Amino acid sequence: MASYWNRNPIRVFVFLILTVFVVVRSNIPSTPGEGAEERRWEASQVGDVDPGMSVAPPHPHTNTDSFQEELVVRPLHSGDIYASFQFRTVWEADFSRGNKVSHYQLFPKSLGQVISKFSVRELHISFTQGYWRTMQWGQPFLPSPPGAELWVWFQDSVTDVDGTWKELTNVLSGIFCASLNFIDSTNTVQPSAAFKPLGVGNVTDHRFLRYATLPREIVCTENLTPWKKLLPCGSKAGLAVLLKSEKLFHSSFHSQAVHIRPICQDQRCKSTSLELRQTLNAVFDLHTSGQAKREWSLFKMFSRTLTEACPLASSSKIYIDITDNSQGEQFELSPASSLLSQAVVLGDRRTFSVYDLTDQATFGSTRSLNLLIRLKSTDGYIHYQPSKDRLRPHLLEMLVQLPPNSATEVTVEFERALLKWTEYTPDPNHGFYVGSSVISSLVPSTVATNTSITQEQPLFSSFFPCKEELSYFVRVYTEPLLVNLPTPDFSMPYNVICLTCTVVAVGYGSLYNLLTRSFQIEEPSPGLAKRIANVIRRMRGVPPL
Amino acid sequence: MAAPLTLLLVVAVTVRALLSSSALQQLIAERVEVVSPISAWKRVIEGLALLDLGVSPYSGDVFHETPLIIYLFHFVVDYAEITFILADVIAAVALYISVKDYNKQVFRKQKFALEADRYPMDCLELIRSPKEMHYIPLKVAMFYLLNPFTVLSCVAKATCGLNNAVLALFILATIKGNMLLSAIFLCLATYQSIYPLTLCVPAMLYLMQRQYIPVNPRRFGFWWFVAQYLFMYVGSLFVLVCLSFFLLGSWDFLSSVYGFILSVPDLTPNIGLFWYFFAEMFEHFRLFFLCVFQINVFFYTIPLSIKLKDHPVFLIFMQLAVISIFKSYPTVGDLALYLAFLPMWSHLHRFLRNLFLVSCVLLACSALFPVLWHLWIYAGSANSNFYYAITLLFNVAQILLVSDYFYAFLRREHHLTYGLYLKRTDGSEATLVLK
Repeated sequence: MASYWNRNPIRVFVFLILTVFVVVRSNIPSTPGEGAEERRWEASQVGDVDPGMSVAPPHPHTNTDSFQEELVVRPLHSGDIYASFQFRTVWEADFSRGNKVSHYQLFPKSLGQVISKFSVRELHISFTQGYWRTMQWGQPFLPSPPGAELWVWFQDSVTDVDGTWKELTNVLSGIFCASLNFIDSTNTVQPSAAFKPLGVGNVTDHRFLRYATLPREIVCTENLTPWKKLLPCGSKAGLAVLLKSEKLFHSSFHSQAVHIRPICQDQRCKSTSLELRQTLNAVFDLHTSGQAKREWSLFKMFSRTLTEACPLASSSKIYIDITDNSQGEQFELSPASSLLSQAVVLGDRRTFSVYDLTDQATFGSTRSLNLLIRLKSTDGYIHYQPSKDRLRPHLLEMLVQLPPNSATEVTVEFERALLKWTEYTPDPNHGFYVGSSVISSLVPSTVATNTSITQEQPLFSSFFPCKEELSYFVRVYTEPLLVNLPTPDFSMPYNVICLTCTVVAVGYGSLYNLLTRSFQIEEPSPGLAKRIANVIRRMRGVPPL
Repeated sequence: MAAPLTLLLVVAVTVRALLSSSALQQLIAERVEVVSPISAWKRVIEGLALLDLGVSPYSGDVFHETPLIIYLFHFVVDYAEITFILADVIAAVALYISVKDYNKQVFRKQKFALEADRYPMDCLELIRSPKEMHYIPLKVAMFYLLNPFTVLSCVAKATCGLNNAVLALFILATIKGNMLLSAIFLCLATYQSIYPLTLCVPAMLYLMQRQYIPVNPRRFGFWWFVAQYLFMYVGSLFVLVCLSFFLLGSWDFLSSVYGFILSVPDLTPNIGLFWYFFAEMFEHFRLFFLCVFQINVFFYTIPLSIKLKDHPVFLIFMQLAVISIFKSYPTVGDLALYLAFLPMWSHLHRFLRNLFLVSCVLLACSALFPVLWHLWIYAGSANSNFYYAITLLFNVAQILLVSDYFYAFLRREHHLTYGLYLKRTDGSEATLVLK
């Protein structure tokens, strides 16, 4: 047999190919009618999907899972940038009637098993590093407290909720590599009003709700990696390639969360499917990223660019918030996108520039997408005159428009040079004064001011000329700064000159010696008597000893 | 030899990358020993920011680097760390290749001298063997890359690293015998800081020897070569200056860069001799001492070249050392370049007299600089004299190091001519002195 294979490899190969072909053909249904029957049965199960039932666009009419990914980028007023990723996997599985499922497509198996084993109706878990600064950044899309937060609604078929809760936290701490096993009765509560279920269902018995928070929990790469593994494409394709820990954890605020809840499959809501939303919010700081230019790009934020959408995603989009940029006055976006969309979010209608990653045209000729947001200087007018030593001081004038209910901080770093000893004042250890800064402004006034100059007015109200009726001029001075600077030792000029010239002379002397002298064999010098005798002999003109 | 060099490069790049990304980077970038008012990275960023604002970078007294540096960093400011690490790597590789080539020539010259029987019989132990010279290029690269001074200078992103890279390329071009490239790189180095002007002479001497032109001022060939080299050098300098003018549209870079280096208006403490001297100088004598100190740097060129006209590479080493010690704003990065040359003279060890003292003083001073700075500026319990004293000691140690190597070099040359074991007229063992 072996010798046959060796001598006739071509025939063996053809025989193998034919065998494989026959086996494959036999597994395909031979009659077309049978296939259509199967497909019709699938179609009747799903029906039509109403877009009003869920926030995202409707998923396709099949019995398979669906996956959507999106990224929303919002430039903030201070120059920082807010990026929010959402990955939504919808699982066509219904747990409410106690069904056991064992078929997984896009939904991660680890979470699916957890849900079915512990009869979880809704699960919300978040890991956050940093505190969301609402005053500077506005409202986040999905708020979360610092540390870890977990709240779960169990099915009403669960008998021992506390025991199930304990086991669930242990399993979740294994899945997410976090120390959720520290959740016990000392930090678990059953809120009765604040945490109603976010998915469909009419169970409101708060005995089945458990809420716990661990503010001490620190988020690091070990938490990000299992979170990324739950995605259908992992971190290999689509928007998840941007999630690299070295840049994400270099941000002012970072929060990753998993939300699982049942949603209606269609308008009539006869059956529910399970929705898994994985969200990641991050705020990147313009100044700690160490760049000199005021611009953001995908590469600067994540040190990656996008090359393709996730092949398993039915929609993959990037939204850039351009509501404040209607005339292009705040920033400039490139490459420009013609797609616009409007959405009402957090009670405000906002406009977004949309990039569809499933469309090959978005990537252009370079096959990669790197969005560039160039921030324009919002300060308006800056007049800066740098100082020249011993000639003129610094002058910095800025025309700033302050947003309402905000605090603006202007910092200037400056250096003072060491002066020559004659330039110091007689009391140098008192320190040097840096004069006050001046803020001049026209402040809107509630009462109309009198702009005429002829009318009799008391002196105290008529100093500053006012040209407008509805605002008055105000000038504010800040505190001066007294800086204690190091001084040279004033008693030392002569000593310093001597010592430094000595060092230079040491250099000069050694080099002079080596340059002008040459090596000679040293003859021992004769004793004192001989030397005197030599001197006398030289005077006499006689050769020395 | 490529494998150890690659390993060395990998280690050096790793060390620099690790330090650059750590919290120490900010600390190191502010130390006065590592950055000077000319080479500080903060000032480069300030110059770029002023340019973005539409104001000339030289209108204030902050930026003192050349317009070409602004132009370079306008494009690579986001990759600044990589640029400086690359500059260090280029300098090390250039030094490696040039030392390798130089060693070959030294060995060849030695072979000819041996065959011509020019060495006395008893000084054969002074003859260098290929085995001992084999690892010298690697040691030179190692001394440059792993020197803490170089690492600190690179992490602080001081433009001194770029200057060192250009000087290393100049040395490579000179040793390879390429007149045009040598002139161009020297011109770039001079354009950035004036002092490498003194390296013109050793470069010319070396290139003349390589082309077998006798170094004799009475011959026409000598002057023709000097004219060619100076023409290329001055021509490139002229081109660079005009280019800078067109880049920024004004001549004020001349007074801000070269006027600053020469007139020393900024008295920020550093490891040099100028700052305290001119802080405590009587106004009447300021100009006089300024001229004295500046001439002092250029002054040693002619005597040294006359004495060392047969050894131009040692002359380059001496000139680099003199520049680093006596320039107006020295930093530890300048030291690093001439310290890298020390393995080349490892055969002089038996004649060195002060090595232990010098190394102890250098180490102690390097450790004491930050301590006394902190005591003076932050704690307020010391005053400026403490820091000044350490500056003096540091410079004395450097001068001692350089003169010691010079002494050892001259002594070896003397022994090679007259023999190693010298005897007095009465047959007893002799001692050599300088007379």
